Amino acid sequence: MATIEDTMTMAAGNKLNDPALLRRRYAAERRFQMYGIAALGIAVFFLVVLFGSIIAKGWTAFLQTSIRLDVVLDPAEFRNADGEITDQSIRLADYTKMARKALQSALGLDNPSRPETRDMRALLSRGVDVQVRAAVEADRSLIGLTVPMWLLANGNVDALLKGAIDRDIPEDRRQLNDRQLGWIDKLAAEGRVEKHFNTGLFTFGASSQPETAGLGVALIGSFFMMLIVAVVAVPIGVAAAAYLEEFAPRNVFTDIIEVNINNLAAVPSIVFGLLGLAVFINFMGLPRSASLVGGLVLSLMTLPTVIIATRAAIRAVPPSIREAAYGVGASKMQTLFHHVLPLAMPGILTGTIIGLVQALGETAPLLMIGLVAFVVDYPTTPMDPATALPVQIYMWASSAERGFVERTMGATIVLLMFLFVMNAAAVYLRRKYERKW
Amino acid sequence: MEQIAVTTSIAPAPLIATPKVTARDVGVFYGAKQALFDVNLDIPRNSVTALIGPSGCGKSTFLRCLNRMNDTIPICRVTGEIELDGQDIHDRDLDVVELRARVGMVFQKPNPFPKSIFDNIAYGPRIHGLVRDRTHLEEIVTTSLEKAGLWREVKDRIHEPGTGLSGGQQQRLCIARAIATTPDVILMDEPCSALDPIATAKVEELIDELRQNYTIVIVTHSMQQARRVSQKTAFFHIGHLVETGDTEQIFDDPRDKRTQDYINGRFG
Repeated sequence: MATIEDTMTMAAGNKLNDPALLRRRYAAERRFQMYGIAALGIAVFFLVVLFGSIIAKGWTAFLQTSIRLDVVLDPAEFRNADGEITDQSIRLADYTKMARKALQSALGLDNPSRPETRDMRALLSRGVDVQVRAAVEADRSLIGLTVPMWLLANGNVDALLKGAIDRDIPEDRRQLNDRQLGWIDKLAAEGRVEKHFNTGLFTFGASSQPETAGLGVALIGSFFMMLIVAVVAVPIGVAAAAYLEEFAPRNVFTDIIEVNINNLAAVPSIVFGLLGLAVFINFMGLPRSASLVGGLVLSLMTLPTVIIATRAAIRAVPPSIREAAYGVGASKMQTLFHHVLPLAMPGILTGTIIGLVQALGETAPLLMIGLVAFVVDYPTTPMDPATALPVQIYMWASSAERGFVERTMGATIVLLMFLFVMNAAAVYLRRKYERKW
Repeated sequence: MEQIAVTTSIAPAPLIATPKVTARDVGVFYGAKQALFDVNLDIPRNSVTALIGPSGCGKSTFLRCLNRMNDTIPICRVTGEIELDGQDIHDRDLDVVELRARVGMVFQKPNPFPKSIFDNIAYGPRIHGLVRDRTHLEEIVTTSLEKAGLWREVKDRIHEPGTGLSGGQQQRLCIARAIATTPDVILMDEPCSALDPIATAKVEELIDELRQNYTIVIVTHSMQQARRVSQKTAFFHIGHLVETGDTEQIFDDPRDKRTQDYINGRFG
């Protein structure tokens, strides 16, 4: 490319509108545009590959295989020692046995051998007892009837139907043997095997079986943490930024604070995890694995982002508006609250949501404070043990079962959807509250 | 005709009879740099006083001393005394917010709030507690707009944003906003420099009308404008007040060589 000196000497030597010079200028502009388009193209390509592979591998997690079985709810099974049916006896009934019996009759096995029993049992999920019990507890009048139910199939059955288990590999290296394959084909031919939308992905807690593992606990945990970040980081961040911008004197002390806020924004997130471990858990004695501690750590991490975004938004309010307010006799506080903050609001909201999005996707600090836990029950308060969405992804990613691999990707899709929705909300809010002057 | 105030440090008696604003030995520092030196100036009531001079001469700085607008600049320091109706404006008992309600200001660039025309004007009276009820507020808004000569143009769209008006209308809206807090003095910092000639003519006409009820101090770069609208003129040059007097005298018979040169366009 021609340097400025070249261009100048050439221009000096030639007449003013030299066609060669003009051509070179146009060519340089075209080249520059091409670089831009190429850069954009590469970025879009990788984005498409990333999303494409995640969605291709993860979409099957939203479907789960169930088997329709006619479960005989024999009243005898529900009676306690006194021969009565009570809440207690219903809770304690052997639902796994009922489900297995139903499967046995569906397969037409009158007197199965021991290996046959083992193979047959392996077709059903371990979570079927919960399903049957829930149905009975919801409607007691079912007792004594034969009820058709869609019961969860084992993860291996699910994997086979999703094409993840290859029928051609030798039997001794396959998760399902030939007998089991035959049964599955038989059930499928009778229309007893179907893939349904996987609500369990959103409601179940931790489980060692992929078909009964879900994001329920992680979703609640992440929700609590977002709530805590919004309640803690946003007011503190906005107040700090407003004070620094509008009231604080400019001196060495505020300069140091300013530099350190910027430093804080660049501190690796795992360090915040260590801080949380030392301060919140060891010193203050808050419970481990609690979303409260996670929320506080994420708040600390989000604080600099909120402060920096708010300061930038406040600084972007034209000084003429402040002068106008002072000019009619508004005090500093009135100017800030009546004029500056409302005008800075779109910027503050955007910065805040970007901070929340960062916090939602953050994993490393949460590992330090024990949010990598096997939590089965829903947390009801922020003090209860919980996990977070990205941490759940991390935990599933380290499991070998085929069902967990697709769940890892499925959970990633869920997380990305949340991030996408929040970013869209940021754009929408900015557009909505943006005012012209 | 009164005595002409020249830059002296002698503590003087009133330069004119019953001035609205008196400035004595006013100096302004931006950090270590002095921008204004020992200004002694009396501003007569119910008249228009023009502050003229080349760019950077300190006329806007002086104007901003009169409602303590310079307080908002952290490194700025004002010395000397300024009295409004005989009361020291730097007095501890005088609240700066109250001062700014009494001394309204109109800026170089029209700067209406990004709110409705109504709210632009209602804002000042509201925060100063000058409003009894909704009817009273509407009355204040209407009167202010009428005084600023804007009522007929905007009466049908009073709840539309003030920023949607034309530049000249916006500036008159800013004047109406300043009037709404019932000030005695209105400071104008080059109010027409962002306006076209027709809008300028309207604003000048308005200034002439407002003179009946308000004391107006106007900073302007246009000597024609100073001549058209003002009764008194003060000429500033590199931080010093060089000459003050009746506008006619300043323009037709300046005493100082520097004033002469500036008026005749030899510098500035």
